[in-house]
Amino acid sequence: MFSLIAKRILQLIPTLFVVSVLIFSLQQLLPGDPALVMAGEEKDPEVIEQIRKQYRLDQPIPVQYVYWLKGVLTGNLGESMRLKASVSDLVLAKLPVTLQLASMAMIIALLIGVTAGVVSAVKRGSKLDYIVNVIGLIGISTPNFWLGIMLIFLFAVNLGWLPASGYVSPFEDFWGSMKTTILPAFVLGNAIAGVLMRHTRSAMLQALDSDYVRTARAKGLLETKVVIKHAMRNALTPVITLGALEFGTLLSGAVLTEQIFTIPGFGKLIVDSVFNRDYAVVQGVVLVTATTYVLLNLLADIGYVLVNPRLRG
Amino acid sequence: MSAVSMETPAPLAIESPARRAWRRLKQRKSALLALFVIVALILIAIFAPLIAPYDPTKQSWSAVRKAPSLAHWFGTDEVGRDILSRIIFGTRASLSAGVISVGIAITIGVPLGLLAGYLGGKVDAILGRITDAMLAVPFLILAIALAAFLGPSLGNAMIAIGVTATPLFIRLTRGQTLSVVKEDYIEAARAVGNPGWRIALRHILPNVMPALLVQATLTIATAIIAEASLSFLGLGQQPPAPSWGSMLNAAQRFLTNAPWMAVWPGLAIFVTVLSFNLFGDGLRDALDPRTK
Repeated sequence: MFSLIAKRILQLIPTLFVVSVLIFSLQQLLPGDPALVMAGEEKDPEVIEQIRKQYRLDQPIPVQYVYWLKGVLTGNLGESMRLKASVSDLVLAKLPVTLQLASMAMIIALLIGVTAGVVSAVKRGSKLDYIVNVIGLIGISTPNFWLGIMLIFLFAVNLGWLPASGYVSPFEDFWGSMKTTILPAFVLGNAIAGVLMRHTRSAMLQALDSDYVRTARAKGLLETKVVIKHAMRNALTPVITLGALEFGTLLSGAVLTEQIFTIPGFGKLIVDSVFNRDYAVVQGVVLVTATTYVLLNLLADIGYVLVNPRLRG
Repeated sequence: MSAVSMETPAPLAIESPARRAWRRLKQRKSALLALFVIVALILIAIFAPLIAPYDPTKQSWSAVRKAPSLAHWFGTDEVGRDILSRIIFGTRASLSAGVISVGIAITIGVPLGLLAGYLGGKVDAILGRITDAMLAVPFLILAIALAAFLGPSLGNAMIAIGVTATPLFIRLTRGQTLSVVKEDYIEAARAVGNPGWRIALRHILPNVMPALLVQATLTIATAIIAEASLSFLGLGQQPPAPSWGSMLNAAQRFLTNAPWMAVWPGLAIFVTVLSFNLFGDGLRDALDPRTK
């Protein structure tokens, strides 16, 4: 088992290396003199000179990369031109907000997706199964940001139950925090609930068809007990690991959701930096996101090995 | 489908794969309906100037934020433009973004996938790492980053989305290639002295086609949402040209007194994306040799 995990970790290194090259190369896409573009509105020659020095734009590109990578490896992701702060500090400050949102979204998605998936598998081929599948497809096809806007219209503008935007930290005011995050978390969760439902359904169908379920039924166990204790337990393992992979979708979704609900997280940081041509921040956010995603994949794989006795050596 | 087999008494064995897929697709009402909607959307996009009741960019200060009425079925926006006409013209941006970005992804991804699967070895290892790295960045975040560095325009948004979707097609083509490359008929083609490129194009590619078609349809749905998202953020279609995403962005500021501005563009994106998803699902079932 350990050799399997060690092999997986070693595989990460080339992937992360290529990720860093890709993200570094982004700045080669900038039209014209990158120092001028990165300076944005600021046309102060001193600022432009500082950018040139900071990014070592006078050096050949591979040298620039090595210096950049050196910084990244020591936790220095560069400076934000606009906020005059280090990118790592910015990212660290925004990350908890998005993590709170993403975790709430994941809980919501699992509650909806797993329940719906189990129900539709148990009632396979019935009208209920059909309806659940249609709702799932509708959920997958609804653009996140539109759902967000419509929910704001319903719950904030019309009913006035929830605030339309803003964010309160749960450490300051727990219920206030829930009020500001429940709508965006639902919007985010909706995006992956449909996917989780499909995974659950197919895993459950497979489990319900298996020999051990037939045996359990033959023993005369109650059908609910067969479904919950025998089939579901086995079916949910892959669903939970697949859920970890959906984390990337959550981070993607957070970009627009945070924008719509004006939540000061990771997604809003990247959008604001894009608008302000704060390219170092864009690169930093993408790098951190990719690394997080790669590590989560690794954890999902390890988790899968741990819960699957057949893979334990 | 006894009706069809009665019309075509030929034995099933010589039914061409495309014909069989079409026969199966016809059994799926939802996929057919989706196909109908897609064709209708394409026609709307092509004939937009003939269908649209108004000029989509013409402002009218006497008709600012008017609720839906007989004169303006979908209402008007914050500068008095007819929303229905903007939705109709917006079909062009959405559909072309979906099709062109997926076209870009296929043009780059399929040859690379064939190379990786057919040649294996170092080529495969290098392409594999690049694919992994690109897939490690969440779809929309990579597209936003690319579009941000390329500069805001609809064309650049298409390039950004296309490049972001490319690893999906590399991986798919590679996997499919690996699964057929060991087949006897490939071995036979090689034995009679066919060059590698000919084997790849004539013998491997046709086997990759079904999976590719399904993936392309579903990716168009993803690409349309991505274009709408980029335009929503101001990184896609530039004003005053209409796009569903940027219409939603404007609508957000007037939710209190002009909610219809937000309803129609969102509904348009939803119907379009749902149709491509439904059609893709139907296509997958129709092309899957395991289902009846």
